[in-house]
Amino acid sequence: MLYAGYNNKTEGIIIMRLKRLIKGALLVGALVLAPFAASQADYRIGVSVPAADHGWTAGLLWWAQKAADDLAKKYPDTEFFVVAANSGTKQVADVEDLMVKQIDALVILPHNPATLQQVISEAYDSGIYTVVVDRELETPAQNVFIAGDNAGMGREAARFMAEKMDGSGNVIVIEGMPIPINAQRVNAFNEVMAKHPDIKILDSQPSDWSPQKALRVMENLLRKHRDVDAVWAGDDDVLKAVMQAIEEAGRDDIKLVVGGGGSKDVIGMIKDEHEVVQATVTYPPSMVASAIALANTGVRGENLGDMYHHVPARIVLDAELITEENAENYYVEDAAY
Amino acid sequence: MNQARLAGARLSDRLRSSGLDFSILAPLIALVVLLVISSLASEYFLDLRNLTNIARQVSYTGIIAIGVTFVIIAAGIDLSVGSMVALVGVVLVYIINQFADPVQGVIIGLAMAVLSGALFGLVNGALVTWGRITPFIATLATMSIYRSLALYFSDAGEMVSTNSLFPEIGGGYLLGLPIPVWTFLIIAVLAHILLAHTAFGRHLCAVGSNAQVARYSGIRVQRIILTTFVIAGACVGISSIMLASRLNSISPSDAGVFYELDAIAAVVIGGTALSGGRGSIWGTVLGALILGVINNMLNMLGVSPYLQGLVKGGVILVAVLMQYKQSR
Repeated sequence: MLYAGYNNKTEGIIIMRLKRLIKGALLVGALVLAPFAASQADYRIGVSVPAADHGWTAGLLWWAQKAADDLAKKYPDTEFFVVAANSGTKQVADVEDLMVKQIDALVILPHNPATLQQVISEAYDSGIYTVVVDRELETPAQNVFIAGDNAGMGREAARFMAEKMDGSGNVIVIEGMPIPINAQRVNAFNEVMAKHPDIKILDSQPSDWSPQKALRVMENLLRKHRDVDAVWAGDDDVLKAVMQAIEEAGRDDIKLVVGGGGSKDVIGMIKDEHEVVQATVTYPPSMVASAIALANTGVRGENLGDMYHHVPARIVLDAELITEENAENYYVEDAAY
Repeated sequence: MNQARLAGARLSDRLRSSGLDFSILAPLIALVVLLVISSLASEYFLDLRNLTNIARQVSYTGIIAIGVTFVIIAAGIDLSVGSMVALVGVVLVYIINQFADPVQGVIIGLAMAVLSGALFGLVNGALVTWGRITPFIATLATMSIYRSLALYFSDAGEMVSTNSLFPEIGGGYLLGLPIPVWTFLIIAVLAHILLAHTAFGRHLCAVGSNAQVARYSGIRVQRIILTTFVIAGACVGISSIMLASRLNSISPSDAGVFYELDAIAAVVIGGTALSGGRGSIWGTVLGALILGVINNMLNMLGVSPYLQGLVKGGVILVAVLMQYKQSR
């Protein structure tokens, strides 16, 4: 009996507290959120990207938000929603949420294309102007596809390295993740290198674009190979881990390290005439910013620039080689990548 | 005041007799508050499409959370459920693609998915009971093993189903509600009956609150614990069916990541004590709904993606604090 009484009393108190809490929360909620409720824009553009799990995706989100802010200022009749998902499944939910918000255009960099295929098709079929970025769907369901030049990224890096090495020497390759775009890059790299019979690729190992893993892999490879002339790192964050491994091992046989992606830090190193890090090739996360701009043009049915056509269906950004001669032009002071 | 308290007591008596009690009143109130705030905050929230979306998004982790509720009531824990989603999904899509006839493929695939889920759960249970490994460690190990197997069998690539009927399961509707939501509700009802109205349910609570005493009272403790893991595994199998069919594919590296944490969070928010011994299925259902509504609301309001985890974590802390206060 005693127990029951105690229980009822605490229940009473908690219910009372909860009531007070509800009242408070409702009031605060209504006050804080009221301004959000009433926004009527002519165009709504939803942007869905993977959450920042490495430097490149962090840069992606930064550029997406920057483009949304810039364009929202320039086009007051347009509203932008930027969401980020830490998994493909969460991204499906994100797109569903955006569709409920009655977006007119969707800009999406799919976490993994097959997982997102279904929901992107639903969006596209319901008449939403769809721009797919970087990772292509198996069954096309988009108005525009925009990506970097993956093969070009490998090719430019290989050309530069072969030239610097005078066509001979030992090379280590630190790849990305075993997915198709990585294969495109590495195959193009190997194709160029195959034309230089005196260049030997000692090892080609995946880093999954993770600096931690790259550090471990590079440490092991440096113990395995005692005579290395050059390293190609498939990503600029990975390049930094590679440099750390080289410095810690005190290896001075390595004369050349080339990256990929075009991160602020690595462009900074090249700009400041780093002895070893001499080049990187762009694969810019800012592509999402351009994708948002394309969606903004496309959804209005306008032509692109002075073109006599609407936005093209496929846009491939150039893979540009960054060396000390042009590094200045690519350096963005406050970028996240 | 006295009268009010009397009325309150009568109310809670009536609630208790109807299968509801205070432990699920708290999450219920929290959910209602969330719903009210969300509908004030976003004009789209009450949109029918949005509500069915939330229900569907919730059902994947919700079904798993129901299974995990059984494990937690027995004072165990299952960390492997997320990896298991991926492994079952790989098995499922592989089997389905072996059959040319879509109906045959779906029937056999679905049955095998539930069976393999139950089997992986049985492995967990066997490690815990016969192997005498604490559930945390045993399922930590199988979490790693199941994910690794899923990656190995699929070569770390996404597996896409070629069956024309398969996507209709997770993407389809029945009487206006998505099929995964129906599945979630039906499993919840069955689980509630199992927990609240059968000898198994009573034995389970006895085992969870004091295994030694339960053993002396003639309850087959090991078998009960083993069964909880099998139930959790079967639920994972069903959830994996819903998820893989909604996406028409399974990504071994991505599917089910952090589902174990979402499931445990839903169970805890729903008022089931991690120390075991008591718990409620409806609490877990509410917990899962609360997490889903929070996710949706944060998206609808355009809260920074980096801050969304903070809100989720905060809600879990508040839920646990309330539980702690209540049990003192």
